[in-house]
Amino acid sequence: MGRYVVRRLLQMIPVFIGSTFIIFMMMYALPGDPVRALWGERAPDEAQMAAMRESLGLDDPILVQYWNYLTGLLQGDFGTQIASRREVIEVISDALPATLRLTALAFLITVVVGVGMGLVAGLRAGRFSDRGILFVTLLLISVPVFVLGQIFQTYLGVRWGWVTPTVQDSENWGQLFLPAIVLASLSFAYVARLTRTSIVENRRADYMRTAKAKGLTQRRAVGVHLLRNSMIPVVTFLGVDLGNLMAGAIVTEGIFNIHGIGGAVYRALNSREGSTVVGIVSFIILVYLVVTLLVDLLYAVLDPRIRYA
Amino acid sequence: MPEPKEVKAATNDVAIPDQAGPVPVAVVEGATVVEAGPAPGKPRSLWTDAWHDLRRKPSFVISALIILVLLVMAAFPGLFTSASPRAGDLSNFYLQEPQLTHFFSPEWLGYNQQGQSVYARMIYGTRASIIIGISVTAIVFVFGSLVGMLAGYFGGVLDTLLSRLTDIFMGIPFLLGTMVILVSFDTRTEWTVTFALAFLGWTTIARVMRGSVISVKQSDYVAAARSLGAGTWRILLRHILPNAIAPVIVVATIALGGYITSEAVLSYLGIGLSEPAISWGGDINRAQDQIRVAEHILLYPSILLSITILSFLMLGDAVRDALDPKLR
Repeated sequence: MGRYVVRRLLQMIPVFIGSTFIIFMMMYALPGDPVRALWGERAPDEAQMAAMRESLGLDDPILVQYWNYLTGLLQGDFGTQIASRREVIEVISDALPATLRLTALAFLITVVVGVGMGLVAGLRAGRFSDRGILFVTLLLISVPVFVLGQIFQTYLGVRWGWVTPTVQDSENWGQLFLPAIVLASLSFAYVARLTRTSIVENRRADYMRTAKAKGLTQRRAVGVHLLRNSMIPVVTFLGVDLGNLMAGAIVTEGIFNIHGIGGAVYRALNSREGSTVVGIVSFIILVYLVVTLLVDLLYAVLDPRIRYA
Repeated sequence: MPEPKEVKAATNDVAIPDQAGPVPVAVVEGATVVEAGPAPGKPRSLWTDAWHDLRRKPSFVISALIILVLLVMAAFPGLFTSASPRAGDLSNFYLQEPQLTHFFSPEWLGYNQQGQSVYARMIYGTRASIIIGISVTAIVFVFGSLVGMLAGYFGGVLDTLLSRLTDIFMGIPFLLGTMVILVSFDTRTEWTVTFALAFLGWTTIARVMRGSVISVKQSDYVAAARSLGAGTWRILLRHILPNAIAPVIVVATIALGGYITSEAVLSYLGIGLSEPAISWGGDINRAQDQIRVAEHILLYPSILLSITILSFLMLGDAVRDALDPKLR
């Protein structure tokens, strides 16, 4: 187990370097000049521009720039924004809490609602509630998040006044609830469908018959035996999805006026603030890598037949 | 990490759940086992069986018909509306309400804030979504299959290299990554967006293909072909590919709807297709400022977009059911 974790952690290093390198290359090698952008419509002062590029190291070869960035990153230095002179780490840590709260709530909704709906549908496969849940999830998957957000905001928030239409205070969990449902809608629909498939496959398994034969209650047989054995594909999906939720928050945050990572990265993209974009994306990549490792370790917990050497 | 157990007895009548390994979400296990058997007469392949099943499935027929209509809409938008999607008449039609009884006329679904017919713009917006959805899927299908096939068949160093490369691209968040690519283009056409989506989108197919090829390459018929002296490419293309491709087709069909969503999200964020192009995402983005006054300009393009995505998803679901022998 310990050796497996160490090996996986070592394997993460080239993947992390590779992913950040690609993002870095895309951000810096493609056209668009953040220094020139500082002047906007006005004619820039060539000498001043050259001096700024020099001090920011933008004239170095791309590989040297990447090396400097990476070594800085390892020392906890995310760089500085060009236009605002703010530390990137400060920009990220300002924006991160709101996004983390939103993502955490969305993740919770995904797990609870998704697994719950999937369980109900799977146990009643073929009946009305199953067909209803399948239809609703298909609908949720096919309505894009930005449409759902707009519709919920307009009707629940503005027309009927059931909830506050925008988030005024991102520390208020009640206000974050609607955006979190919107953000989670796609994921819990997928989770529900995955859980359902898995339950349908497993509910006639031998171990379920054995569990019943030895006198376990339905509740215990389903809760302990069936659910645990059906969770592996769901956990796989959830692991990949956590990163997607954080990245997908960019749309939800925009609609519901949450000042998080999404807005920060959007502004940084449009003003070509490479260090901010690469910093935030690196953070999401790191989350993704750690979560995939955790998911793989969780397999062994869910299914003791899986051993890691 | 232990490899997922790939070969699965599809002929067992008692379904013993097999979870000896992490099951990749999208991989349809066992779908590669063709139950042809040595029966005399006309052997029924997986494909004949699947086609036989599909034709009888209402969800397949309905979604295929809708997709057919969408394809015609994309190719010949003029058949569906006489109005021009760009001609705007502000003084007469500014945000005019829909006339729901005037079917298929320019005023049917109302006018937007530039006095353009919402219905005409919806019809003309189909092309961008369809082109991007289909071409991204095609590119990703070919490239991802190739990578997966090479990694799975040759194994060894090549497998390690290609798998790490897949891991690297998979680590990049899809939406953010495509945004980073697209933001650096000043004018973004269908092809720019296609490139960005395909650049980061091929990884799932490569993984599914790799797993599928690994499970197929140990089959007897591959060994037989090799002992008869078939060359590597012949084995790959004639023996492995046809037997390994079913799960890849399933993943690709389902992914198509996802690419259409991605295009809409990007256009909605203002980083997708640039202005003169007509796209549903872009129109929905411009409509959201008016949603409190005139929701029809947001509602109808959204409905068409959702129906399109829904049809491709239903098609993918039906194809998966037909190609997965476990569900037979």
